[in-house]
Amino acid sequence: MTVALAPAPLFTGSDWDFSLINRIHDTIEPIALQEMKLDIYPNQIEIISAEQMLDAYSSIGMPLFYKHWSFGKQFVTNEMMYRKGLRGLAYELVINSDPCINYLMQENSATMQTLVIAHAAFGHNHFFKNNYVFKQWTDAEGILDYLEFAKRYIAQCEERYGQLPVERVLDAAHALMNQGVHRYPRVRPRDLKAEAAREAERQAYRDRIYDDLWRTVPTGAKADAIPSDARRAALGLPQENILYFLEKSGPRLESWQREILRIVRLIAQYFYPQRQTKAMNEGCATYTHYRIMTTLHERGWITDGSFMEFLSSHTNVVYQPTYDSGQFGGFNPYALGFGIMSDIERICREPTEEDREWFPEIAGSGDAMEVLKDIWANYRDESFVSQFLSPHLIRQWRLFKILDKQGESELRVDAIHDERGYRRIRRSLAREYEIGRQEPDIQVVDVDLAGDRKLIVEHAVLDGVQLDAGDATMVLQNLANLWGYEVLLKEVDSESRKELKSHSAQPNMAWLR
Amino acid sequence: MHIVDRRLNPGGKSLVNRQRFLRRARAYVQQAVRDSLKDRSIKDLDKEGQISIQRDVIHEPTLHRAAQGGSRERVFPGNHDYMEGDKIKRPDGGAGAGSKAGQGEGNDDFQFALSREEFLDLFLDDLELPDLAKRRLIGGAVDGIRRAGYSTAGNPSNLSVPRTMQKAMSRRLALRRPKGADLARIEEEIALIEARTPPLPDDATRLEALREERSTVIRRRNLIAYIDPVDLRYRRFETVPKPVAQAVMFCLMDVSGSMTEHMKDLAKRFFALLHLFLSRCYEHVEVVFIHHTDRAAEVDEQTFFYSTVTGGTLVSSALDKLIEVVQERFRPDDWNIYVAQASDGDTMQSDNGRVVSLMQQEILPFSQYFAYLEVGREEFADIESIGTTTGLWQAYAPVSDANRNFVMRKVHHRREIYPVFRELFQRKGVAERSS
Repeated sequence: MTVALAPAPLFTGSDWDFSLINRIHDTIEPIALQEMKLDIYPNQIEIISAEQMLDAYSSIGMPLFYKHWSFGKQFVTNEMMYRKGLRGLAYELVINSDPCINYLMQENSATMQTLVIAHAAFGHNHFFKNNYVFKQWTDAEGILDYLEFAKRYIAQCEERYGQLPVERVLDAAHALMNQGVHRYPRVRPRDLKAEAAREAERQAYRDRIYDDLWRTVPTGAKADAIPSDARRAALGLPQENILYFLEKSGPRLESWQREILRIVRLIAQYFYPQRQTKAMNEGCATYTHYRIMTTLHERGWITDGSFMEFLSSHTNVVYQPTYDSGQFGGFNPYALGFGIMSDIERICREPTEEDREWFPEIAGSGDAMEVLKDIWANYRDESFVSQFLSPHLIRQWRLFKILDKQGESELRVDAIHDERGYRRIRRSLAREYEIGRQEPDIQVVDVDLAGDRKLIVEHAVLDGVQLDAGDATMVLQNLANLWGYEVLLKEVDSESRKELKSHSAQPNMAWLR
Repeated sequence: MHIVDRRLNPGGKSLVNRQRFLRRARAYVQQAVRDSLKDRSIKDLDKEGQISIQRDVIHEPTLHRAAQGGSRERVFPGNHDYMEGDKIKRPDGGAGAGSKAGQGEGNDDFQFALSREEFLDLFLDDLELPDLAKRRLIGGAVDGIRRAGYSTAGNPSNLSVPRTMQKAMSRRLALRRPKGADLARIEEEIALIEARTPPLPDDATRLEALREERSTVIRRRNLIAYIDPVDLRYRRFETVPKPVAQAVMFCLMDVSGSMTEHMKDLAKRFFALLHLFLSRCYEHVEVVFIHHTDRAAEVDEQTFFYSTVTGGTLVSSALDKLIEVVQERFRPDDWNIYVAQASDGDTMQSDNGRVVSLMQQEILPFSQYFAYLEVGREEFADIESIGTTTGLWQAYAPVSDANRNFVMRKVHHRREIYPVFRELFQRKGVAERSS
């Protein structure tokens, strides 16, 4: 007589040790790699304390970062929230690098460690390695070295030029950080290691050719004014990447200041993909951990109690409050990502007539994992929502669209979860994830080179929504300080080209010195 | 997969950033710290604490769209009964229908917690307490332990292995103890010769010489030990006097009918400062509250500041009580005793003789420092400064002249507290340095 033996569970209590973490990982790995066919960077798991998690949190989740007061501000806020119990710490933190670094908190229970390994070490890791936006923009191999370089470089600047001047440049650069990304990829090597090496080379070259005599060489007669189009072309205008423009063309910046702008810009660029794929990235990780945890439970690797613990935290993570619940703060990226992905799985397995009509390519294809992997690789939040938010889900979540028209006293319910509304709701929600719409479209359009070197920046106003005036004034001051001459910001309606408003700022002369 | 335990890495990576943040917001944080002191009790004064500062000081601006104006559309979950085309009244204050409720914290203030150290730094930084005074104020001594080289005798647990091995090695070198390698070389040669067939002619003599050499080597090795008792070295420790870390502070307050709320407030501020100052110098500070009318009693802090007892004034009663408590619980040999007395100086003439003698004979000898603070009405500041003096002031004045550890000051206004406090301690320090 033989009895099919279920394997003994990996753990029973909530305690864990290193050998258990190893066993958990080794049990999950074949499920993730062979059954789900995920493709990942090698994993490195690091156990850290709650305090270290707070530290990591406060520098945009990176293990090493240059010093700046705003990270201190982050830290005190996080710490406050944590102490008051208003917010728990994330159970995990994962870094898009090769090897992929996963932070696990020592306070987690064994079940939570299992969940975190499934979520971060396999889910996020797969997404980082395969999603096209990341492939295009980030250099997983070089990022840690580059941050190391940035940290060292900025520390050196502080030694040479003083903490305050460096802080000023960083403050100004941070204010323009969102305007420091190239939104459209060009062919360009993403090799951050080489970046660091190149700067060292530039510095060495400058040192070599430095000759004070050149300062005294008389300059020739002034050239005639260049025609404006040629001038703009020479400056690479219009330019949406303001930090890039300043770095290349700022007339009053010293080379170390340019290099700091460059550092901030490259880091902003590194994080740019994360901002475009929040729902997908979290959805992918959540879907992965759900599959893995369920499999572990089915096969007896984790106990019923542990599975219940997992379910309760999973449910919290994917909870989406309704608009009138008082807790509503927009869509929860975990809920949205996981919701759509689970729905895709349903469409692949048991499609309804409606699904076949809406998703002819994937309905009934059976192999949900293949479909999902394709989606994880080739979409970002905007395209993901606009392609895969199904009528089924719109009904389930009872989505509706509100239109708030300028000049009207009342809001209008523009679409609800019915036949007429599906597409409109889907399009509208997708637009909320369009990065070009989340952020104002601001470009450097011209410089008055012959005259007072005034820098002209334009905000293309969409749907009449102007910039927040208070912040705009402050950022503009920073921009003027960096540019060294007057700066004019025009808000121009993107359709009628009518100028709605303009701000200007004079540089603070004491600033640069 | 690779696991790394980072828990032992130093935490506090954000410490520098945190300090930079505090430095940036310094003026505001300092103001907030001072404000927050108003609501604290003396004992809690230097506890870590929550403060909030205006958000715009440390605001990091970005270019972003305004929250209002223009046309927008948004998708929400959880529709109950809206139909397409329904009109909804615009919610107050915002253009979007999104509710910001549930975000908890207000947006105007930036709240965070300061550690005890940070709190004190910011608070005392403003005060510029003289370091000289601190040193002077630390009296007495207890024994501490520190390293003091090596000795040849000691407890096995204090054996210094590196030092012992070093000694053993130099002894072995000096006495030329044969090495293991020497022995091995001889053994090897013997084995080689013994194994040779047929033997060479002079093998026998060679063998004999080698065997002799071998026994010498073995003998020497046995004779000269690898580690000898004379090599042993122990870490030595010696006791050194260290400053004591305990102090007691007596708060004596007149609560007779003539003391107004304003006067009590002045007194309280002074006590608070003194307490804070002592807590910085000592690991452990006790506070004893004594209030008096014509009778004195030891009370808790709450009663001390808020009780409504009233009556005549008999300063000697408080001093009696002070002496009694000291005798009962605080042996002057073990404790640094500080006394701060606050009164409006309105006392019975007949009592003054006794007060002065108690001071001279009993209290000042065991006190580290005695501060008398005469609190006056705010509105009388100008009149009194002309030179009216109270009975108690007149009685204390000669005592103060005769004793360096007795000081007296008059305050009328809150803003005078810090300077007076500073002056009290600074003067002592300066005087001591010049003497």
